[in-house]
Amino acid sequence: MAETVARCRPEVVCAYPISPQTHIIEAIGAMVKAGTLTPCEFINVESEFAAMSVSIGASAAGARAYTATASQGLLFMMEAVYNAAGLGLPIVMTLANRAIGAPINIWNDHSDAMAARDTGWIQLFAETNQEAADLHIIAFRLAEELSLPVMVCMDGFILTHAVEGIDVPEQGDVDAFLPAYEPRQVLDPDEPISIGAMVGPEAFTEVRYLAHLRQLDALELIPALAVEFETRFGRENGGLLHSYRTQDATTIVVALGSVLGTIKDAVDRRRELGDRVGVVGITTFRPFPFDEVRRALANARKVVVVEKAFSVGYGGVLSADVASATHDAPISLHTVVAGLGGRAITQRSIETLIDDAAQDRLPLVTFLDLDLDIVNLERERMDSVRRSGPSAENVLAKLGTVASRIGGSS
Amino acid sequence: MTRRPVHFYQVGSFAVGNRLLDEVDRTVQSDSRRSDSLDSGHRACQGCGEALGARYALDAAMRATKGQLIAVNATGCLEVFSTPYPETSWRIAWLHSLFGNAPAVATGVAAALKVKGQRDVRVVAQAGDGGTVDIGFGCLSGMFERNDDVLFICYDNEAYMNTGVQRSGATPPAARTATTESVGPQPGNVFGQGKDMPRLAMAHGIPYVATATVADLHDLENKVQRAMEIHGARYLHILVPCPLGWGSASCDTIKVARLAKETGLFPVFEAEHGVVTAVSPIRHLASVEEYLSIQGRYGHLFGTPARPDIVARIQQIADHNIAHYGLLGDTSRDVTLAVSV
Repeated sequence: MAETVARCRPEVVCAYPISPQTHIIEAIGAMVKAGTLTPCEFINVESEFAAMSVSIGASAAGARAYTATASQGLLFMMEAVYNAAGLGLPIVMTLANRAIGAPINIWNDHSDAMAARDTGWIQLFAETNQEAADLHIIAFRLAEELSLPVMVCMDGFILTHAVEGIDVPEQGDVDAFLPAYEPRQVLDPDEPISIGAMVGPEAFTEVRYLAHLRQLDALELIPALAVEFETRFGRENGGLLHSYRTQDATTIVVALGSVLGTIKDAVDRRRELGDRVGVVGITTFRPFPFDEVRRALANARKVVVVEKAFSVGYGGVLSADVASATHDAPISLHTVVAGLGGRAITQRSIETLIDDAAQDRLPLVTFLDLDLDIVNLERERMDSVRRSGPSAENVLAKLGTVASRIGGSS
Repeated sequence: MTRRPVHFYQVGSFAVGNRLLDEVDRTVQSDSRRSDSLDSGHRACQGCGEALGARYALDAAMRATKGQLIAVNATGCLEVFSTPYPETSWRIAWLHSLFGNAPAVATGVAAALKVKGQRDVRVVAQAGDGGTVDIGFGCLSGMFERNDDVLFICYDNEAYMNTGVQRSGATPPAARTATTESVGPQPGNVFGQGKDMPRLAMAHGIPYVATATVADLHDLENKVQRAMEIHGARYLHILVPCPLGWGSASCDTIKVARLAKETGLFPVFEAEHGVVTAVSPIRHLASVEEYLSIQGRYGHLFGTPARPDIVARIQQIADHNIAHYGLLGDTSRDVTLAVSV
């Protein structure tokens, strides 16, 4: 991953350690120090807030800026994340998707990415490590063409810590695909401009609408870049979404990120058994490709959205977008919240879901492999005594040894 | 730049006209060669010390860099009054990002300039005291620790003025703010450690730290000039009275700033690599009462009942500073060690 980012020739890279992205930044730091990535300024900052802020300054001064974060780190920099998008600065950031505490948890889910859903950043989700690497090259190009920041989301540990061979694109090909950064706005003493002025009600709506339009432009540009990428690199990656075995599918599973691999295996298995089931993997989550999602799900009767995050007190985040895209279609939409805090999503669980959906047994909202016994025990405890203590610790105490249970109870 | 001491022979007045100075030393408000970095037409209050300080600091930086300057601004009065969209008073390359990140944004600008080989372009970051000692402190400390090539200027008006005069970590004891009201047995802000930002900057061992006030604009300009001769992290802390927040007359901004220095409450000095190298001595020692009594924020000390006990405690702080920094010209004292009051 670091090697691919390096071939994008970032000029300013900010580093602040947070699992599970740290090793990417470490490797880039080593390249800068060894002189193999040059010219590049590698800056060890004191917080994620500073990491994004340094990136903002570097980008506004005309440098190609890159950083990476995860989870709490993304939340800590959030004010600057919004600011980078509002200022229209084409920063690229890797988000190694990780749960958000409390309870503190370093493992994978998509809570962090969903918290950044409305920031104005383009959000791309990688299914595999090859796609994660390729998406970075596309991300820099996309960011700089639109003058918008791009977040490349890759599942923490599942992708970031997977050891697998990938094809690192040749420098010449990357250079041809990704020309030098030519900023739309730049701090230049010889042509002084003010950036970041106060905007009142008289113009705020228009400025924000322009940002929206640029995101919508990305819906045109992203497929075009995917075609260009495939032409140059001989691989199909990027794009808005990818459909798998959906042609005659009556049940379609929708998801983001690495879990798509497991879902495809489950779909293959159900296909062998005669089920008409397919998968839609969404690569571009923001801007949300409403038209493409509607078309991809046009023939389905049941849509099962498997998502690694949820809005507490509401339900599925991705589900709401899919529901909006398919609001006039005669489909039954089901939300499955799965893989929270690193809980393994097994092929067997997915197959059961598909089966339940086909048999009309799947509720509208399901928490996959939820241990209701433990939940009920804690509920009873809370009802029986006022000072029932912290729920997370109570649940852990009930569970005892947990390592054997990360795959769920089924 | 060598500085020649200027001797004044007027008595009974702190106001010294340009006519007593050599041409080269005169303060020139308006000149075709002046960069007017912060141009007229902005919306600062009458008598704003920050607008004055910023104008002189940035024009001095522009002179020192031959116009090759980029400024980063924290959120605050200076940002708000200078750039109500679509107008801007800045005639220099200027970027505002957030309240608490100006030092880090400036680091990013400096890094971009370095990577692009633009070594002649320099970076100034500026913020009020809230953006410096409170919400921006983490980023500022990081910038100092890395010794990034940024001059950071704090315009200290001792409270959050833009939001309506709330206490900051730089608010002095007994001062009334909207969150330290002049009620109760200990009216106004508490007596505490406060945040002595110049000393905190010195503790980072950065190449240059200085304080200044808008009462002595030549001194301010000289310090900016000196700062721009140095590479690495530099810190300039400028006391800028705020008539609105301090309850002082708009026409008294210079007078109040001068008294802050002449009482010893605001020591004016320079330090290099953590060591004080020069102190601006008090010319006419003033009592803190002279300083406090012309500011509404201390009005509760002089009402009914008066609080001479609190005034005496503030005088102790001034006396400590005088002794600690040798502000009466006693240069034998060691002024490098941090000692709390």
